Amino acid sequence: MYSRAYKFVVSLPPLLWVAIFLLVPYALMLAHSFWLVREGVIIHHWNLQNYSKLFHNPVYVEVLFRSVRIAVTVTFLSLLLGYPLAYYMSFHAGPRKDILYQLVIIPLWVSYLVRGYAWKTILGSEGVLNGFLQYLHITKEPVSFLLYSPFAVVLMLTHIYTPFVFLPLYASLEHIPRNLVEASHDLGASPCTTFLRVILPLSLPGLLAGATFAFVLSLGDFLAPILVGGPSSIMIANIVQSLFGTAYDWPLGAAISVCILLLTVTLLYLTERLEKRWSF
Amino acid sequence: MTLPTSSASANAAEETISAGTALLEVREVAKQFFGHQVLKNISLQVAAGEFLTLLGESGSGKTTLLRIIAGFEQPTSGQVWMSGIRLDVLPPYQRRVNTVFQSYALFPHLSVKENVAYGLRVTKVAESEIPARVADALRMVKMEEFADRRPGKLSGGQQQRVALARALVNRPKLLLLDEPLSALDANLRKQMQGELKSLQRDLGITFLFVTHDQDEAMALSDRIALLKDGALEQIASPREIYERPATVYTAQFIGQTNILHAEIRNGVATSGSLCWPVALRNGHALFSLRPEAIRLAAESATMPNPVTFHARVIQQIFSGASEQLELDCDGLRLRAMIYSRSPLSGEQEFAFSSADAIPVRNSKEPG
Amino acid sequence: MRATSLGTNRPTFLSVYALVVFAFLYLPIAVLILYSFNRSGVGGFPPKHFTLSWYSQLFADTAIWDSVLNSLLVAVGAVVLSLTFGLLAALALDRATFPGKSVFRRLVLLPLILPGIITGLSLLMFAVFAGVQLSLLTVFLGHGTALISVATTELFAGLQKMDRAQEEASLDLGATPWQTFWRITLPNLRLSLIAAGLLIFTLSMDEIVVTIFLIGRDNTLPQEIWSRLRIGITPEINAISTLIFAVSVILILVWYRIRTRTIGKQAQELLERP
Repeated sequence: MYSRAYKFVVSLPPLLWVAIFLLVPYALMLAHSFWLVREGVIIHHWNLQNYSKLFHNPVYVEVLFRSVRIAVTVTFLSLLLGYPLAYYMSFHAGPRKDILYQLVIIPLWVSYLVRGYAWKTILGSEGVLNGFLQYLHITKEPVSFLLYSPFAVVLMLTHIYTPFVFLPLYASLEHIPRNLVEASHDLGASPCTTFLRVILPLSLPGLLAGATFAFVLSLGDFLAPILVGGPSSIMIANIVQSLFGTAYDWPLGAAISVCILLLTVTLLYLTERLEKRWSF
Repeated sequence: MTLPTSSASANAAEETISAGTALLEVREVAKQFFGHQVLKNISLQVAAGEFLTLLGESGSGKTTLLRIIAGFEQPTSGQVWMSGIRLDVLPPYQRRVNTVFQSYALFPHLSVKENVAYGLRVTKVAESEIPARVADALRMVKMEEFADRRPGKLSGGQQQRVALARALVNRPKLLLLDEPLSALDANLRKQMQGELKSLQRDLGITFLFVTHDQDEAMALSDRIALLKDGALEQIASPREIYERPATVYTAQFIGQTNILHAEIRNGVATSGSLCWPVALRNGHALFSLRPEAIRLAAESATMPNPVTFHARVIQQIFSGASEQLELDCDGLRLRAMIYSRSPLSGEQEFAFSSADAIPVRNSKEPG
Repeated sequence: MRATSLGTNRPTFLSVYALVVFAFLYLPIAVLILYSFNRSGVGGFPPKHFTLSWYSQLFADTAIWDSVLNSLLVAVGAVVLSLTFGLLAALALDRATFPGKSVFRRLVLLPLILPGIITGLSLLMFAVFAGVQLSLLTVFLGHGTALISVATTELFAGLQKMDRAQEEASLDLGATPWQTFWRITLPNLRLSLIAAGLLIFTLSMDEIVVTIFLIGRDNTLPQEIWSRLRIGITPEINAISTLIFAVSVILILVWYRIRTRTIGKQAQELLERP
C-alpha cells in the first residue's frame, strides 16, 4: 500500500537525524575515550590508558560500587513501593482506578528539580523533618545523617523512580485477563496462591521494564548526590561531570561515559530477550 | 383473568425432584446490579448426574446465575446449597465446583499439561498422583499429543478441550459450562456437542450448561431451565418443554408457534373463524399451536379430533424436506409446516388436532 | 464478611499500603507548597506567619521571568522538532522496512532510558567538534534529540490504533498518498499529536540534565533555579516550584484526558462485556 517513495520520504529525515545527533555524538565520545589530555589540551593520541586508569583507580572503583549499590537499592525499594500499589490499583481499586492513576503520574512528570529540592528542604539539619521531630520532642538535636548521605540519595531517587517503576508494571497487570484470576480461584487457588502462580509470572515483563529503567537511570544520576548527597555520596556520574568541568579530562570522562552507555545497551538487550521469553 | 393450564400439574411433577437426589439447590436467589434486577428470586434444583441447561437470551440472567453458583458473584438475597453444604458463603476456591469458561481462560504461561495439573497442584494433591490424572484427563478430551504445547499455539476447539480437561481432572461434583461452544464454527460445534454429551454420560458428573442456542439445549439436556428477564419461565425436559410450553414466551422461544387468542364458551374455544372443543372454564385464553400441527385436510384422515378450516395460502417457502406456509384464515395469520409438495394456491382446507392447541399463559401471570 | 474473588472485597492491608505510598509521593511536594507561604524560611517546624511575600518577590524577579521566556522558546521549538521527526519516525517504523530497522528503532528509543548525562555530554562533544557555541540553540537541539523518543512512542501507538481501511478507502477513491496523509492520516492522529505535544512541552520546560551541559549564557528556568540552588536556598524557590507544580498538574491532567479519549473506544468495549 505504501510506495517506495513514500517509505523513503518518511524514513530518511529521522534516519538522518539519528545519524547526525545520536550516532555521530556517540562516535565522538567513543573516539575521545581513546585520546589523552596533556597540560589542558586534548591530544588525539590513540591509546587505552583511560580504560586502565578507570579500573585501576581505587577511588573510581569504590564510587562505581557505591553507584551500583545505590542503584540496586533504589530499584528494589521502588519495586517494593510500586508493585503493591500497582497491584492494588489494578485488582482492587474498582472505579477509582482512573483517578488514582492520574495521581500517580502527576509526580512522575513534575520537575525532577522541584522534587529534589523538596527533599533538600526536608532533610537538612535545619530542615522540615528535623524541625518536626524536635517539635514533637522525639529528638533534641538535629539528626545529621538525614542529609548529605547515601541515605538521602536513595530516598530521593526512590521517590523519583517509584512512579517510573509503577507505569509498565501497571500496564502489565492491567493486561492480565480477569477471567484467568477467576479460573485460578475456580480451580481451588486462594488469592495468595493465584498471585504467586498466575499474576506475578504474567507481570514479569512489566516488572523487568520498570526495574531496568529505575536501575539505569539511578546509576547515571548526578543531580541527587549534589542536591542531597554531599561528598560521601559521590556517584559515577558526578565523577564524569567533574571531568568535563573543573577536573578537565574529557577523554577519561568519555571513557566512563562509554562504559555507562555500553552497560545500558547491554542491559536493554538482555531485558528485551527476557521480556520476549516471558511474555505470552 | 387467568385459567389453570393443563400443563401446570405436569410441570409440577417435572420440577419436584425427591430431596435425596438433588445435588444443587438454588433457593430464592436474587441479584441486583446498580439498581437493575438481574435475577428475580430464582429457585431450582439440579439432580445428581443430570445435564441441566440454563437457556435464555442475553440479559436473561443465565450467566449471572452460573457465576453465582461458581462463586464469582454474590447473590443479593437467597442461598445456594450443594449436598447439604451452604455454597454461597464460600469463596470459589473452596467449592467443589469447576467452571469451563466461555473464553477458555487457559493460563498462557503454562503448558497444556501444567494447565490441567493446576487445580491438582494448588489443592495439594499428592505429586505422585498428578501425572496419571493429567494424562487421563487429556486422553478423555483427545489432547494427549498436545501436552507440552502452550495454549497460544492451539486452535479454539483445542483450547476448549483443554479447558474441559482442566476442569474435569479435579473430579468436581458439579461442572459449570458457560457457553463453551459459542466461539466455535458450526461443524466443530456439532461435533463437540456430541462429545460433551457422551463425556457427561460416561463420567456421570452433573453438568450445568449455559447457552442461548435452543437447538443446542434441546440436543444436550436432560432438562432445560428457560430464563427470561431474570425469572424462571419453565423447567422441564426438552420434549416436555417443546410439546407442552407453559408460557407464550416459552412457546415462541423454543421452536416456532402460532399464538391464538381465544374466547371460551361452554367448552368451545373460538379464535377468529377457528373453533375447537376444550375442557376449560369460560373466559379469555391463549393457545399455542405449532406450525407442524397444521396439515392439509386432505392428508389428515387419521388425525384424532381434527379441526378443519379454510385459509388462503399467502406465501409458500420451500425448505427441502418441508414447506413453510403462511396462511390467512379470515384475517387471522397462521404459520404452517407441511411435507414438501408442489405449489399450492388460493384457498385450501387445513386441519389440526384440537389436542395440539396447548393452553399457555403470559409470563407475568402466576401458573 | 462474604468472600468474593475480586473487586468488592478490598483487603485493608493493601489499601493502607497504597495510601502510604501515595503519601510518600506527595508529602514532599505538599511540604514544598506549604513552606512557600512561610515567612520564616524553608526549614524548621511548624511553619509560622503565612505570607505571600515570596510570591511577590518572585513576580518582581526579572531574571526568573527571562528564563521562563527562554524555556518557553526552547519548549515550543522542541515540540515542533520532536513532533515532526517523531511523526516521520513513527510512520517509518509502522510502514517501512529497510535494513537496520531494528537498530534504528532501538536508537530512536535509546535516549528515553539512557542517563541524561550521556546524551548531554555526547551532544556537547558534538557541538565543540562542530564549532558551535553553546546557547539556547544547542539546548533546543538537545531537547529535541532527547524528546523525539517520546514523540515516536506516542505517535506509533496512535498509528497502531488507527483504522488502516480509512487510508485504503482514500486511495481507492482517488486520493494520492500525499493527499491521504494530509486529509486522513493526520486528522486521525490529531489527538495523539496533541497528547505528545503536551508531554514534550512539559518535559522540555522541566528538563535540567541535558540542559546543564548545553547551556550558554541565557538560562532556561530549571537552569536558573539550579544556579540559585548552588548559591543558597530561599522560599522564593519554593514559590516558583509551587507554580511549576501547579502548571504541570494542569498540563498532565489535560494530557491524560486527551490520551484516554483516544483509547476511549477500547475501554468502552471492555465495559460493555456482558
